Amino acid sequence: MATKTEFKNPVIRWVDERLPVFTYLDHEYNQFPMPKNLNYWWNFGALASVVLVVMIVTGIVLAMQYTAHVDMAFESVERIMRDVNYGWLLRYIHMNGASMFFIVVYIHLFRGLYYGSYKAPRELLWMLGVAIILLMMATAFMGYVLPWGQMSFWGATVITNLFSAIPFVGDWIVTWLWGGFSVDNPTLNRFFALHYLLPFVLFAVVGLHVVAVHITGSSNPTGIDVQSPRDTVSFHPYFTAKDSVGLVLFLFIFAAFVFFAPNYFGEPDNYIKANPLQTPPHIVPEWYFLPFYAILRAVPDNFIGPWVTSWMGFTFISAKLAGVIAMFASIAVLFVLPWLDTSKVRSARYRPWYRGFFLLFLLDCLLLGYIGSQPAEGAFIWIGRAATAYYFAHFLIVFPLLGWFEPTRPLPTSISEPVLKENS
Amino acid sequence: MRMKVLVIAAALLGGISTAQASGEKIELPDIDWSWKGPFDGFDKAQLQRGLQVYTEVCATCHSLSLVAYRDLAALGYGEEEIKAYAGNYEVQDGPNDEGEMFTRPAIPSDRFVAPFANENAARASNNGAYPPDLSLMVKARKDGANYVYAMMTGYAEEVPEHVTLMEGMNYHKYFPGHQIAMPQPLSDGVVEYTDGTEPTLDQEARDVTAFLAWAAEPELEERKSMGIRVLLFLGVLFFMAVAVKKAVWRDVRH
Repeated sequence: MATKTEFKNPVIRWVDERLPVFTYLDHEYNQFPMPKNLNYWWNFGALASVVLVVMIVTGIVLAMQYTAHVDMAFESVERIMRDVNYGWLLRYIHMNGASMFFIVVYIHLFRGLYYGSYKAPRELLWMLGVAIILLMMATAFMGYVLPWGQMSFWGATVITNLFSAIPFVGDWIVTWLWGGFSVDNPTLNRFFALHYLLPFVLFAVVGLHVVAVHITGSSNPTGIDVQSPRDTVSFHPYFTAKDSVGLVLFLFIFAAFVFFAPNYFGEPDNYIKANPLQTPPHIVPEWYFLPFYAILRAVPDNFIGPWVTSWMGFTFISAKLAGVIAMFASIAVLFVLPWLDTSKVRSARYRPWYRGFFLLFLLDCLLLGYIGSQPAEGAFIWIGRAATAYYFAHFLIVFPLLGWFEPTRPLPTSISEPVLKENS
Repeated sequence: MRMKVLVIAAALLGGISTAQASGEKIELPDIDWSWKGPFDGFDKAQLQRGLQVYTEVCATCHSLSLVAYRDLAALGYGEEEIKAYAGNYEVQDGPNDEGEMFTRPAIPSDRFVAPFANENAARASNNGAYPPDLSLMVKARKDGANYVYAMMTGYAEEVPEHVTLMEGMNYHKYFPGHQIAMPQPLSDGVVEYTDGTEPTLDQEARDVTAFLAWAAEPELEERKSMGIRVLLFLGVLFFMAVAVKKAVWRDVRH
């Protein structure tokens, strides 16, 4: 299928004969066949990789100016904001970039769910994607601790305390994570080291994710396999052009936040320096953790607040442990999704019932996010529990059953067929 | 162990103040600030008046530790004026050649000198309360500018009957819990403006809020003007990208 291109430039030819990077790029991007019916929802993978690079570049420059010490971290961030040339720009890009990264990746994930992109032969591609989300969460969490504001400190205290729910060794693990008996300077130092390390691990896993998609090829809105070259166009220039449209639009929205509402996604409390002796009235995680936070809090019966229960030690450990397990299970269930979905049809276009359940699941996740932002009291507790129940039921009950009972619509014979019909 | 006890105590105290704060929803006044819109910036004359209010009133108790005297150039002051302003304050420096610490007048590169040497000194002089640093106050509260304005103007003449104030506290309409340690700082004629503006309570509160908004976000004007140019550029680029995409895909039926 792919042909060997003769390079005219002698330097390129010389290098390529010894290390075929140019042949590789030519195969994987110039000639690489893409289904020609991809819609704009397929932009988000490319957008995510651009944000990752933006985060790494701004992050490295910020790290040159940042001081990871409890007495200086907060002030060093403010020095970046006030005295470093364009420091405010770098920091606001990095800060909002984290939110943009999650927006883009969550859309990418829901696109995969809608069009059945996780189904054979793309299971491993999907699982690498879930690993990417986990790495992103760890990285974002540690990054949020670095400015050493009130939410940084108390968020770190709440989340690290979750590990104390592990039976028998929990407290020992938490002390080990902290490097002391509370979140303190050793914690900040290791979080900074890991926050610098994990993005490169993330970059490597993204590399595997990209390799995997180049083996199976992209899925497409019809969900049926590419059958002939008629169904495809080359990646370049067709998808470089199409991705550019999405990219510029995305950068426009990104810039609108950076320049005109840079603290929209943030908590005002994080502009107060961390104070271990004063708990903020509401400890709220960043918005991208809210659905998982809601699941965490949905389980315990005797819930007061995870940070309070954690200080009360083993009294509530079983309930708290259940919450932690539910939270991790909410991600773990994504790993096995390719085997929970029993449907023979990939795309929701031809799955009328699944379309309804997909919408329900999307609303359920948004509802969980809202519940996560509210104090755990009154009706919120019961709504949170119901939404959590549906979250798991969607994967463990709806997906397996739909495959057996859903009357799917007939699939077109090829990717080109519906297009040709429409146009004639 | 002691640390753990302290944290538990802090958590409990936090819980109590939450209970007080979440009892009711407090509506802040909504002021039409000069820097609100995407094209808007600060009013330099207002910032200068705000600095005067800060200097003559707030600075008695509150520090502004993230702002340097040289930053006042953004308010329209010249080098000599800034030197003169900084020279009013004494900072500790040293050690000198003999190993002694000494004090000297502040210079433009110094940060605003704090009124107290440390938190304990501040608490000792303020009935146990700690006047917070004001550098980031406008960013560190929800709806920060309106919050600061409300703090300045929300003192009630008479305490409602059902409220029993704690020792040394003042009744406040907007402060969470309605009891604030800070006595009413501003009132009509507390300062005498050099530009002839009428020093009403409302005017002073607006001016000092503007000054603190600038102190919290000194990059605001540069950020917005760069933002306009970036968005214009991306807007044009978007239509070009759409045109390129259309041209590339012209012959593909999809």
